Amino acid sequence: MQFFGGSEISPSPPPPTVSGNNAHMMYVFNRNGVCLLYREWNRPLKTLNPQQDHKLMFGLLFSLKSLTAKMDPTSAEKGNLGVPQLPGQGCSFHSFRTNTYKLSFMESPSGIKIILVTHPRTGDLRESLKYIYNLYVEYVVKNPLYSPGASIKCELFNSTLDQYVRGLG
Amino acid sequence: MAPVAPRSGDAIFANVERVNAELFTLTYGAIVRQLLTDLEEVDEVNKQLDQMGYNIGIRLIDEFLAKSNVSRCVDFKETAEVIAKVGLKMFLGITATVTNWDVEGTTCSLILEDNPLVDFVELPDTCQGLYYCNILSGVVRGALEMVSMKTEVTWLRDMLRGDDAFELQLKLLKQVPEEYPYKDDE
Repeated sequence: MQFFGGSEISPSPPPPTVSGNNAHMMYVFNRNGVCLLYREWNRPLKTLNPQQDHKLMFGLLFSLKSLTAKMDPTSAEKGNLGVPQLPGQGCSFHSFRTNTYKLSFMESPSGIKIILVTHPRTGDLRESLKYIYNLYVEYVVKNPLYSPGASIKCELFNSTLDQYVRGLG
Repeated sequence: MAPVAPRSGDAIFANVERVNAELFTLTYGAIVRQLLTDLEEVDEVNKQLDQMGYNIGIRLIDEFLAKSNVSRCVDFKETAEVIAKVGLKMFLGITATVTNWDVEGTTCSLILEDNPLVDFVELPDTCQGLYYCNILSGVVRGALEMVSMKTEVTWLRDMLRGDDAFELQLKLLKQVPEEYPYKDDE
């Protein structure tokens, strides 16, 4: 859609809830656990090197997903804990909240995982994550110079994302 | 509440930007023509078209998922229906019928109602072995691989080769589960 210079992304972004600047950091992983993108806006604490940090985050999501599926009271068939699941299989959580932050999570059936860590009082961000997935499609996937699986270096994506996330409530 | 996945791609097709069909057909024709000149062997061209399609498919799947709101399919039968009714409609403006299921439910055929790639095309005698639309099979294979399904996609019938329809066979080889990608001692 970018061929004709338009910059419209469909569907249009959900309206921000409260005042912005609530985001701490964001990760995008692909299905192989490669961290395609890491951005941080407000993260005073740094104890791990970036690689360990990404691995820890991916591991957290992976285990949590397998745990939530295991605890699911509505489903009759349950895999054993730790047994690999097909992406999108079983139930999936979309956020958790601690007293200091909230982590919102989205996974597409193609295994793209988008994680946004924000202020604990932020509202439901599922639509926002879906919108970010749309941004990823328009600016990254459709960029012929981007090779799938590489880390994202697209200027246009980064600036649009930055602008959008800063406005999130 | 989870959004309901569309049973047809009409609404999405109406909303996306489209290009002129003739321009599309002729551009594709020019690509095939150039490949025939460059690679000389028809078999090589078939392979190359399939590879090009695969590269398109692994990207296209994300656009498909982002725009269609389709979530996980319960089985391969639903997958085939979604490709036939939503996927093909969204990107090519056509639909297909799913038939010829085998007993295990892992092999089926998509019969295309129409094929915009082949308008104006006639295969000359020198290119009889060419699968002109091999890019489509590559696209489907690539896209399915990204949603954990290893498949084999082949043309069973091709009107350019004198058959009475375009029939694409999908064969599910295996479903690949998600695995923890790091080693413990790394």
